[in-house]
Amino acid sequence: MATTELVVNGERRRVDADPRRMLLSVLREDLDLTGAKYGCGEGQCGACTVLVDGQAARSCLLKLGALAGKSVTTVEGLEAGGRLHPLQQAFLDAGAMQCGYCTAGMIVAGASLLRKNPDPDEGEIRHALEGNICRCGTYTRIVAAVRAAAAGTRTTSG
Amino acid sequence: MAEDAEVRIEAERYELFASPAYRFEVPRRDFFKVLGAGLVVALAVPSARAQESGGARRPPGDAMPNELSAWLHIGEDGRISVYTGKAEVGQNARTSLSQVVAEELRAPIASITMVMADTALTPYDMGTFGSRTTPIMAPQLRKVAAAAREMLVDLAATAWGVDRAALVPLDAAVVHPPSRRRAGYGELTKGQKLVKTIGEDVATTPAPRWDTAGHSVPKVNGPDIVTGRHKYTSDLARPGLLYGRVLRPPSFGAVLVSADLGPAQARTGVTAVRDGDFVAVAGPDSQAAADALDAVRAEWKPVPQPAGAELFDYLKKNPTDPQGADPRSRFVSGSVDEARAAAATRLESTYTVAYIAHVPLEPRAALAEWKDGALTVWTGTQRPFGVRTELAEAFRIPEEKVRVIVPDTGSGYGGKHTGETAIEAARLAKAAGRPVKLAWTREEEFTWAYFRPAGVIEIKSGAGADGRLTAWECHNYNSGPSGIRTPYDVPHQKIEFHATRSPLRQGSYRGLAATANHFARESHMDELAQALGLDPLELRLKNLSDPRLRAVLQAAAERFGWGKVKASPERGFGLACGVEKGGYVATCAEVAVARPSGVVKVTRAVTAFECGAIVNPDHLKNQVEGSVVMALGGALFESVQFDAGAVNNPRLSLYRVPRFSDVPVLETVLLDRKDLAPAGAGETPIIGLAPAVAGALFAATGVRRRSLPLAPKGIEA
Repeated sequence: MATTELVVNGERRRVDADPRRMLLSVLREDLDLTGAKYGCGEGQCGACTVLVDGQAARSCLLKLGALAGKSVTTVEGLEAGGRLHPLQQAFLDAGAMQCGYCTAGMIVAGASLLRKNPDPDEGEIRHALEGNICRCGTYTRIVAAVRAAAAGTRTTSG
Repeated sequence: MAEDAEVRIEAERYELFASPAYRFEVPRRDFFKVLGAGLVVALAVPSARAQESGGARRPPGDAMPNELSAWLHIGEDGRISVYTGKAEVGQNARTSLSQVVAEELRAPIASITMVMADTALTPYDMGTFGSRTTPIMAPQLRKVAAAAREMLVDLAATAWGVDRAALVPLDAAVVHPPSRRRAGYGELTKGQKLVKTIGEDVATTPAPRWDTAGHSVPKVNGPDIVTGRHKYTSDLARPGLLYGRVLRPPSFGAVLVSADLGPAQARTGVTAVRDGDFVAVAGPDSQAAADALDAVRAEWKPVPQPAGAELFDYLKKNPTDPQGADPRSRFVSGSVDEARAAAATRLESTYTVAYIAHVPLEPRAALAEWKDGALTVWTGTQRPFGVRTELAEAFRIPEEKVRVIVPDTGSGYGGKHTGETAIEAARLAKAAGRPVKLAWTREEEFTWAYFRPAGVIEIKSGAGADGRLTAWECHNYNSGPSGIRTPYDVPHQKIEFHATRSPLRQGSYRGLAATANHFARESHMDELAQALGLDPLELRLKNLSDPRLRAVLQAAAERFGWGKVKASPERGFGLACGVEKGGYVATCAEVAVARPSGVVKVTRAVTAFECGAIVNPDHLKNQVEGSVVMALGGALFESVQFDAGAVNNPRLSLYRVPRFSDVPVLETVLLDRKDLAPAGAGETPIIGLAPAVAGALFAATGVRRRSLPLAPKGIEA
C-alpha cells in the first residue's frame, strides 16, 4: 500500500491507501469527512465538489495518487474559528436547501467562485454552478445566497 | 362535478402497498425506561384507519380499538421530544412539525427534538407520501401538544393551590401572573411518571391565532447541513464496516446461469455471496468492493422484453384487467355518447407521457448490522415500517427482531418506498458477519429503482356553441388515476383508468399520475378553446364553478398579465390549473423559442397555490418553486430511454435534469385560507407546469405537442 501525503482542511495527512482510489472515497471512507457526497461518479452533479489548491474540483474523478502535496478543502474545512463561512450563513439565511444533499457541493463551488470573482452577478453565478445539480430545485435561492454572501464578504472585508 | 365538488384524497394505486397495520404498544414503564421520568401524552386514533393499509391481515379477535399515532415526552430537564413515524426527505417536515408543537406548547422551537421514522422508537406510520404529513400528522401532533400543555397547567395549579384559569403557559413555563410565580415545564414534570392517552377531540389553536406556526422558521437542522455534519444513510459508519456491491443482470428479468465467486473471494478482506439469483460482494472500501465485483464471472440468460419504440402500443394492448376498469377508478355521469352526438364542437385527442426517473441526488443506500439474530438497518426510505416488514419476510424473522432507522434523507420524491437496498445490505451483512453499507451507484439508481409510470391518455369531448362543455370522456392507460377527474362543470362524463402491464418497473412519484392527467386534460381544454375561438382562460372560467380553483386561476392570470402580450414565433404563453390532494394550483408559463436553433426555454412561470391555512410561508414557497423546477424536466426533456430490457440513458450525462440555466423567473402567489385546514404542498404545485408549457409552445409555434417530454431536443425550426 502506497502512502500519499496531502493537506486536508489545513492539516497534513499521510494516507495509506491504493493511489488509484478516488479522492471522494478516501475522504469519506478513510478520513471520516463525509460532507462531500457521491451523486453520479462522472463529474456531472457536483455533489462531491471540494477545493484543490483553492479551485473547485470533482473529487469523484480525482485519483488519490495525483494529489500528493496538494491542499484539499472540504465543506468541513470552511468554518473558521467556530464561525460559519459567509456562504454557509447565507445558505441558512436564504433557506437555500430542501433535502440538503447538494448543499455542501454548492457551497464549496460557490466558495471557489467567490475567490476568483468576489462580486459575481446572477448570470456568472448560474454559469459557475451549472455543473451542480439540486434535484429539489432550490436554484433560485442558491443564486440569492451566493449573491448575499458576496455582498456580506465585501462589506466585512472592505 | 357540482355534486362532487369535495376533493377526496384518493389513495393512488401505486401507493397502495399492502402492509399490515401494527398495534404499537409501548407499556408505560418502557416509555420512562427509554425516556426518563416526566410526562407523556400519546394520541390514539381509531384503528379503522389502519384498514386502508392492509388491516385485513391483522389477527382476528383483536380487541384494541385504537392505535397510537404520535406521542410526546417532556423530561425533567425540560427537553421536549416528539415521536412520529414520518420521515424527513427534504420536505421540511422536521421543521414544520416542530413548529406546530411549539405553537401548542407555547415553547421555543429549540426546546423540541423530533424523533422521526425509527421503528423501535416511533409509532407505526404507513409512510411519508401522498402529502399527508401536514393534513394528518400535523393536527395530531398539535393535539398531543395541546393536551400536554393543559396537563402542565393542571400540575402547576395543583402544586400552587391556585385556580388553573389564572395560569398562563408561556415560553416553556407556566406562570401565575397574580403571584408572579413561574415554573418551567421540566420543573413541573420533576419526579412525575404521567401518561395520558388522548383521542382526536382535543381543542387546538385556530390558524388566525397561530404565533409560531404560520410563520417562516428556518430549517431546524440547517446548520448541520451547511457544515456537512448531518449524516445521511450513505455517510454512516459502524465499527468493522464493509462496503457492498451487487451484481446486476445485463437486462431486466435475465436469469443467472452460473457465477464463479472464487476470484472475488480470493481478494483480501472480501466476502462474496450467492443466494439464488442474488450475487454480491463486500470489501473493506468501495473501490475494493468494485474490484471484487469485477472479478466475479457470471453468465446470464436474457428473457425477451418489449421494445422501447412500441411502448404506447404495448400499454394499450396489455390490460391487466380486460373485463374493464377497476370500479374505484371509473366515474360515469349522464350519457357521454349522446351528449357528444349532440355537441356543436367535438374533439378527440391522444396524449402520452414517458417513464421518468426520480433521480434523488442521494441514491438509495442502506447500512445493515446483525447482532444476536436481530437486525438493524439504517436506510433512506419513505416507508420505514413497510421496509421493516419486507426485511422480516426476506429473512423469515419476527418484526420485533428488525429495527429500521431513517436518517434525514437526500430526497425521495416518491422514489424511496421500497426496501430492496435494505434487503441487499442485510443479506451481505449476514454473509460477512459484519455491518455492511450498500450505496447504489447512479447507474443502479437509474436502472434498478422504479419509474413514474408511462401512459396513454385518450380524451373525447363535446361543447355547445356557447362554449359550455357538455361531454368529457377520458381513458388513462397505465399512468394512474390521480387527478383523472375534471374539475370543470360537465354534465356528461365517462372517466376510466385502465391498469396495464408495464415494460419497466414502476411506482410512486411526486404528484403521481396527476401530472399526466393534468397535462392531458388542460392541453385538451386549450384545444377546445382554439376550436371554439375562445381564449384559454375564458374557456376555463366559463366552465368552472369551484371557487377555490377559480381563485388560484385568476390570481395566477392576474400576476402573469395574461392576455396582455401577443404571442410570436419566438415567445408563447400558456396556462393550466387543477386540484389535487386538497391543494389548488394554477400555473402560467412563458416560453422562448430561439430561432433558428429551435432551443426551447421556459423563461417565466407564475404559480398560484392555495392549500388552506399556511403553516410555514417560506418553506411552502420553497416547495412550490422546487416542484415547478422539477416539473420542468418532465415537461421538456426527461424520459427514460429503454430497449430490450435495458435502460439506455442510466447516467446524468445521458439523462438530463433541470440545472441552473434551465430555471425560469419563478413567481409564487400564495393564497392563505386561515379558515381551512392545511393540506400538504410537496406535490400538487408540480402538476400545472407541463400543460402550461405545452400551451405556450403551441402559441409560439402553432404546433400542438401531445407527448411528454414536449421538446427533448428543442423543436425543429
